[in-house]
Amino acid sequence: MSRVHVQARINGEETEFLCEPRQSLLEVLRDVLMLTGSKEGCNNGNCGACNVILDGRLVNSCLVLGVEAQGKDIQTIEGLATPDRLHPLQQQFLEHAALQCGICTPGFIVAAKALLDKNPHPTEPQVRHWLAGNLCRCTGYDKIVRAVLSAADAVRDGR
Amino acid sequence: MQSFAYVNATSVDKVASLLGRTWDEAQVIAGGTDLVGELKEHLISPKRVVNLKTIPGLSYIRQDAVALRIGALTTIADIESNPIVQKQFAALSQAAMVIASPQIRNVGTIGGNICQRPRCWYYRSEDFPCLKKGGDRCYAVAGINRYHAIFGGGPSYIVHPSDSAPALMALNGRVKIMTSTGPKEVGMDDFFTLPETSVRRENILKPNEIITEIILPNPTPNAKSLYLKVRERQSIDFALVSVAAMLTVVNGVCQEARIVLGGVAPIPWRTPDAETFLRGKKISEAVANSAAEAALEGAKPMRDNAYKVTIAKALVRRAVMALG
Repeated sequence: MSRVHVQARINGEETEFLCEPRQSLLEVLRDVLMLTGSKEGCNNGNCGACNVILDGRLVNSCLVLGVEAQGKDIQTIEGLATPDRLHPLQQQFLEHAALQCGICTPGFIVAAKALLDKNPHPTEPQVRHWLAGNLCRCTGYDKIVRAVLSAADAVRDGR
Repeated sequence: MQSFAYVNATSVDKVASLLGRTWDEAQVIAGGTDLVGELKEHLISPKRVVNLKTIPGLSYIRQDAVALRIGALTTIADIESNPIVQKQFAALSQAAMVIASPQIRNVGTIGGNICQRPRCWYYRSEDFPCLKKGGDRCYAVAGINRYHAIFGGGPSYIVHPSDSAPALMALNGRVKIMTSTGPKEVGMDDFFTLPETSVRRENILKPNEIITEIILPNPTPNAKSLYLKVRERQSIDFALVSVAAMLTVVNGVCQEARIVLGGVAPIPWRTPDAETFLRGKKISEAVANSAAEAALEGAKPMRDNAYKVTIAKALVRRAVMALG
């Protein structure tokens, strides 16, 4: 099957790629664009490890086809930090030790970013409700929730 | 995943010509959260996947003097957060809130949600050539059937997985369909089909037809609705049993009732005996209990799923008490 030419804005940069219609956006990010921060966990929409923000909405990139990215704005985990500074969510995940094996972490951080973009001061129940589409088999979630709440405080305080 | 051609549809009028005469020829993609899984698991291998998202003007929630109209491409997240739906169509907003996960609600559409394929673990595994895939048997009959049907089963015993469909049925919804010869409308009651009539499909849609709109009549002044769902996990889980109900109650007396069970049958399951029983009754614990018994009359549990009868009775009882 011939490949399709797709143009999208990825982490603020105009990007072009070729992909087969059967390739998921996750496969395109990891295998074509070498953006390997997004992880493949379940590959069927249960775990959230592949989360990216597509036109402002949190999605599972394993359930989006690469061709569907045409004309879209995509933010991945690679777009959060600047060269000299981690994003407050990344910093707070470190400070709270909100990870162990780490494979779910990019997905959690991108999911939390999508939440804070919409709701900069979420309550704990709101954080837990929002993160219900992300699975972590190590931490028991509590440190992740604390890290997200601290990051919200950090953003508010300009830290 | 097998290779396929990807085609962008550009108008409702022209979509039939892009689709095929058989499901193997073409499948539609909207949110894709079900379709992409089916493609990956080799449950379907269409030659063509037709993208509906490029059709303009199919994502909207509008209310006029008689009805609420929801475009088929409206996402579950947009329905969940819509203030009119929250206020006047509670069953739908509550159902939307408990579908899957935020990520899936962000892309999944209302049209796609009611057209979801079964979650039966035999259907979802390519190793089981079941009736739904053109095979010769339903593996749930002799297999592990704890998640299967207690009503309407045979020859296949899948349950319909949609949360929004029971709610739309309880709200007396209608479905607008674009056919190859023009648009038509059917009631939600007539949209779904049992395996005894179409063992490979769960509704009346033909391979070259799409849903374009859901129509919900505006609720009458005393009507209230709700959706209750029991599942094994608090999120990203399908209903073991759910109930969608709309009751019209005046001075404590039920005038009209529509009660639909989810997770118990191959289609959203209306409970006419319970609805008839409730009309004219003053709502009480005893009446709610009797309605629950009437709703589950005739249930035929399989070896592993009699627990669904107990849960369904409890949900009907709770729904009647909450709306009474």
